[in-house]
Amino acid sequence: MLQRSKTRPQQQLSLGRRLLRDRVLLLFALPGIALIIAFHYVPLLGNVIAFKDYQPFLGINASDWSGWENFSVIFNGDPAFLRALKNTLILTCLQSIFVFPAPILLALLLNSLFSERIKRIAQSILYLPHFMSWVIVVALFQQMLGGSGLLNNYLRSHDLSTINIIGNSELFHVLLTSQIIWKDTGWATILFLAALSQIDSQLYEAASVDGASRMKQLWHVTLPGLRGIIILLFILRLGDSLTVGFEQIILQQQAVGRDVSEVLDTYVYNNGVLGGAWGVAAAVGLVKGIVGVILVLTANKVAHIFGEQGVYQR
Amino acid sequence: MSTRIVQGVPMPGWPMRIFKGLVLLVFCAVVIVPFVGVISTSVAPNKQINESGGLVLLPKSINFGAYESLFAGGVVTRALFVSIFVTIVGTLLSLTVSCLLAYALSRPGFVAGRPILLVVLFSMLFSPGIIPLYLTVKGVGLLDSIWALIVPTMISAFNVVVLRAFFMNLPNELTESARIDGAGELKTFTNIVLPLSKAVLSVIGLFYAVAYWNAFFSALLYLNDSKLWPLQLVLRTYVINDTQLGSAELGTELLPPQASIQMAILVVSIVPILVIYPFLQRHFAKGVLTGAVKG
Repeated sequence: MLQRSKTRPQQQLSLGRRLLRDRVLLLFALPGIALIIAFHYVPLLGNVIAFKDYQPFLGINASDWSGWENFSVIFNGDPAFLRALKNTLILTCLQSIFVFPAPILLALLLNSLFSERIKRIAQSILYLPHFMSWVIVVALFQQMLGGSGLLNNYLRSHDLSTINIIGNSELFHVLLTSQIIWKDTGWATILFLAALSQIDSQLYEAASVDGASRMKQLWHVTLPGLRGIIILLFILRLGDSLTVGFEQIILQQQAVGRDVSEVLDTYVYNNGVLGGAWGVAAAVGLVKGIVGVILVLTANKVAHIFGEQGVYQR
Repeated sequence: MSTRIVQGVPMPGWPMRIFKGLVLLVFCAVVIVPFVGVISTSVAPNKQINESGGLVLLPKSINFGAYESLFAGGVVTRALFVSIFVTIVGTLLSLTVSCLLAYALSRPGFVAGRPILLVVLFSMLFSPGIIPLYLTVKGVGLLDSIWALIVPTMISAFNVVVLRAFFMNLPNELTESARIDGAGELKTFTNIVLPLSKAVLSVIGLFYAVAYWNAFFSALLYLNDSKLWPLQLVLRTYVINDTQLGSAELGTELLPPQASIQMAILVVSIVPILVIYPFLQRHFAKGVLTGAVKG
């Protein structure tokens, strides 16, 4: 009988018999794992076109090898590439400074509320924007802040001068950052609120007995309790440093021009899929991906040095 | 004066509490007002929209003209059908494929469990890149097919990990006793495991549904044929890029002002999410966190 039994360790069955025994489970796993391999791992092979002079009508195999030629935009500092890199780095900095801490502050505010009911209502409202697509978010921002949006109509009806926010290239980076804050700050509080609820209330009592003010309790009890999750999320954020909101930017690129809006992902899309410079675009995408993985691994290492768990062990 | 103690912290004074309440009120208003404005404008009378120059916060009367012209059978109606098809079919396929994989991975002693789990986990570490993904989708012949909106994103490794964690937490005795009764893996899965997992299935299903409904870039990337466009792409063309929607596109002579048509399209794409949101909310904190923490 091919049956699992507790008395006999599974290692005693030969691999062939175990495969036969688990044939139904293997069949269960097949479609899912096939999809992951087909759309996550196989595309990795497609990165070889970064080293080829890819011609769509020839296909990947028949196209000529071109060595490192496609990477010359990176090594020689092509102005369009540098522009994309610069905007990406600016946006990453803005996001790390303004987007990252926002949910921590909001979670502290929600956590300090005494009425559970108000807290729940506020959460329901604040989580909502996370479930809206970028198309909807961008459209809502246009309706509120655009030339004929709510804000400017109000200013106009009170004979005040209007403010040009949407389609203003000088404010574009700020606009992108505030859209992310609007969309995701509420939702991002979930993890921090969970961590806050794990903090032992005896710590607060002890601190309070010792005469610690509320500010001191925040500094010495609450924030240390959030340390692990903050470091974890910051590592994940670092790994995504070069990914700064592709859909969001593509949707608004026309209005402000590429000088301020081109980032690495849009560079890849605009030059590759739209422009036909497949090899160059793939080269930039490949370097971006590799740098991303290196960033996560490095940040994780640093976290371990500081004695934190990080994303994974060892 | 009575001081209530919560978490060992004395209740703050009234000024602090009022201040916090006000801050929270402002935050909530910033989230809600845009939705109110969009919904109001979509039903406001034409005269009021023209007077206000754009968005209306409180309609003087209610008129559904904009919706009538949207549902008259033109571009928007078609896009709505595409989006509904992709969302329903996609979610069902996603749930099936993810649950089957997660179940196999949750079985103790599954012969290929370790390597398959590593393949799943490792895929979360990197994204394949736009160009290679595009070429892969092109290679399997999905360009300009509605399936391009479903197949490449059908499975999310994260959701598989969450489902697996949930299945592993189910009491072992139940599956064991089913086995003793002679049930095979398929029967154990459909008759024991799935009925016990309704909560997590609804959360994961809703997450998949929201992702399909909101998908915009896959449509932009893979579909040249505007007949296959889902609602999000129509939204971009006619609302964000402000392309005029005429009677040719709408399939009707009835033409309300552009502003109210645009807002009505927005509402049509927002409402399904607003409808499922309460269900999502009931489960997500619980369902998602348990999975994410133990994954």
